[in-house]
Amino acid sequence: MTMMMRGLWKLTWIEIKIFLREPLGAFGTIGFPVLVFLAWGRIASPKMATTPVAASGFIRVGLPVLASLLIAVSSVLSLVTIISIYREGGILKRLRATPLRPQTILTAHVIVKLTLTAATLALLVIAGKRYYPVGVQVPFFSFTMALLISTWSILSIGFVIASIVPTARFAQPIGAIILYPMIALSGLFVPLESLPPVLHAVARVLPLTYAVSLLEGIWSGDAWLAHVGDVAALVVVFLVCTALSTKVFRWE
Amino acid sequence: MVAVDEVSFDVNEGEIFGLIGPNGAGKTTTMECVEGLRTPDRGTISVLGLNPFHDVYRLQDRIGVQLQQAQLQKRIKVWEAVDLWAALYQKKTVDGERLLEQLGLIEKRNAWFMNLSGGQKQRLFIALALINDPEVVFLDELTTGLDPQSRRAIWDLVRGIRERGKTVFLTTHLMEEAERLCDRVAIIEHGRIIDIDCPQSLVKRHCPERTVVLATDGLNAAEHFRVILRVEEVICSNSQFTIRGRGDDLVTEVIHCLSENQMRVTDFRTVLPNLEDVFLKLTGRSIRD
Repeated sequence: MTMMMRGLWKLTWIEIKIFLREPLGAFGTIGFPVLVFLAWGRIASPKMATTPVAASGFIRVGLPVLASLLIAVSSVLSLVTIISIYREGGILKRLRATPLRPQTILTAHVIVKLTLTAATLALLVIAGKRYYPVGVQVPFFSFTMALLISTWSILSIGFVIASIVPTARFAQPIGAIILYPMIALSGLFVPLESLPPVLHAVARVLPLTYAVSLLEGIWSGDAWLAHVGDVAALVVVFLVCTALSTKVFRWE
Repeated sequence: MVAVDEVSFDVNEGEIFGLIGPNGAGKTTTMECVEGLRTPDRGTISVLGLNPFHDVYRLQDRIGVQLQQAQLQKRIKVWEAVDLWAALYQKKTVDGERLLEQLGLIEKRNAWFMNLSGGQKQRLFIALALINDPEVVFLDELTTGLDPQSRRAIWDLVRGIRERGKTVFLTTHLMEEAERLCDRVAIIEHGRIIDIDCPQSLVKRHCPERTVVLATDGLNAAEHFRVILRVEEVICSNSQFTIRGRGDDLVTEVIHCLSENQMRVTDFRTVLPNLEDVFLKLTGRSIRD
């Protein structure tokens, strides 16, 4: 067990370093969302200053949740891409020909992604304090936890996608086609109740719907108890997807 | 589809054992079954007394593996790869820095994997295969795609592994590599092993023919050569003669004939059969096809 942990931390640390060496790695994942957020802030903040309550709808809750969700989705997409590149290049196979357990390899990547998600969120909060004075009362710690739980759950969907994409070239587009419509139907832009019955039913089985409900709730100051159902749904998604991907995952 | 069928062989401790055959013969499939990376449909495999399927992690701890066409993360540094691998094994690992030194990679320790040459990558993979001081080392198509100079350097490294008392199990489709490196080879084709022996014995058993090629302007040379015992064929073009026969004595007999008839010789060489000829003889086709 200690042996496994040692390999895990070393692999995780190396993967973080490798990620930061990518030409667009650090900027694309961490810098870009922060920049977009700041740009939005510049446009939105004068309005917020004048009508703090009127703007409360999308700008006050929806935008931070959307930004967080985009961080989560982009880290999942990058995970899907990395896994398929590693598979195509024979890196996964080479790692498997050691006493390293497959779970350790996958866990290392999940930790890398969760770390980057948390780092990006922290930067957003620091940047946001300048433009979103209302955000000061937001429960950041709980929100970070909620985002990590959501990311963790969406990552498991990523593993299923990573298990089935034929080549690395298709990984990003296929991942995007699956994940972005989920955001559209998540209730973030249009309330679930106003969706046509069919789409409403679809939205109810999509994991992002529960992630949005959890994130919006926690951001607005709800207690965790009010969102036990959302967390449970995300855990179920994780369990189902993990079970599925261990069945269909290909190492080469 | 069955890639490998009814393959059976033993590898002795401390030897370099080669599985040789053309591409697609089933070499890699066989090796991956032995390494525990692939599960055979039936049959039994035992490596160091362990079952590669059930005891894969205990086995991985004691063996070193170099895979065909493997890659590492593009931007992992040489020392990081060695350091990571050293952390993966339960048993005591060897000094990574010394290993890099021995493999001539010490100046490249801070280089990214993607910036290494083909030969440097292969040497790094050898380093990773040796980091846990393994009892058996598996090398799959180790020198494929390398220039002759790097190839020779790597052969020396492999001999060095044997000198340290390790067992080496390798696959190759290069007959020269098998001949120069292996103590024993198994010839595999279409997923079946055709013969197993040391390279010299294989050649002796399957290809006893000897050929002498010489140039002489001696009179009636062809007639003189044809009456030599063991000569089966004499081909003559201008003053160049190709003499084929069997047995080790053929060369002596030809030299004897030349001196007895006082023929002036301007060129003389013998062509000995090699594993390539053995393969041709056993399978009816060239290994390069």
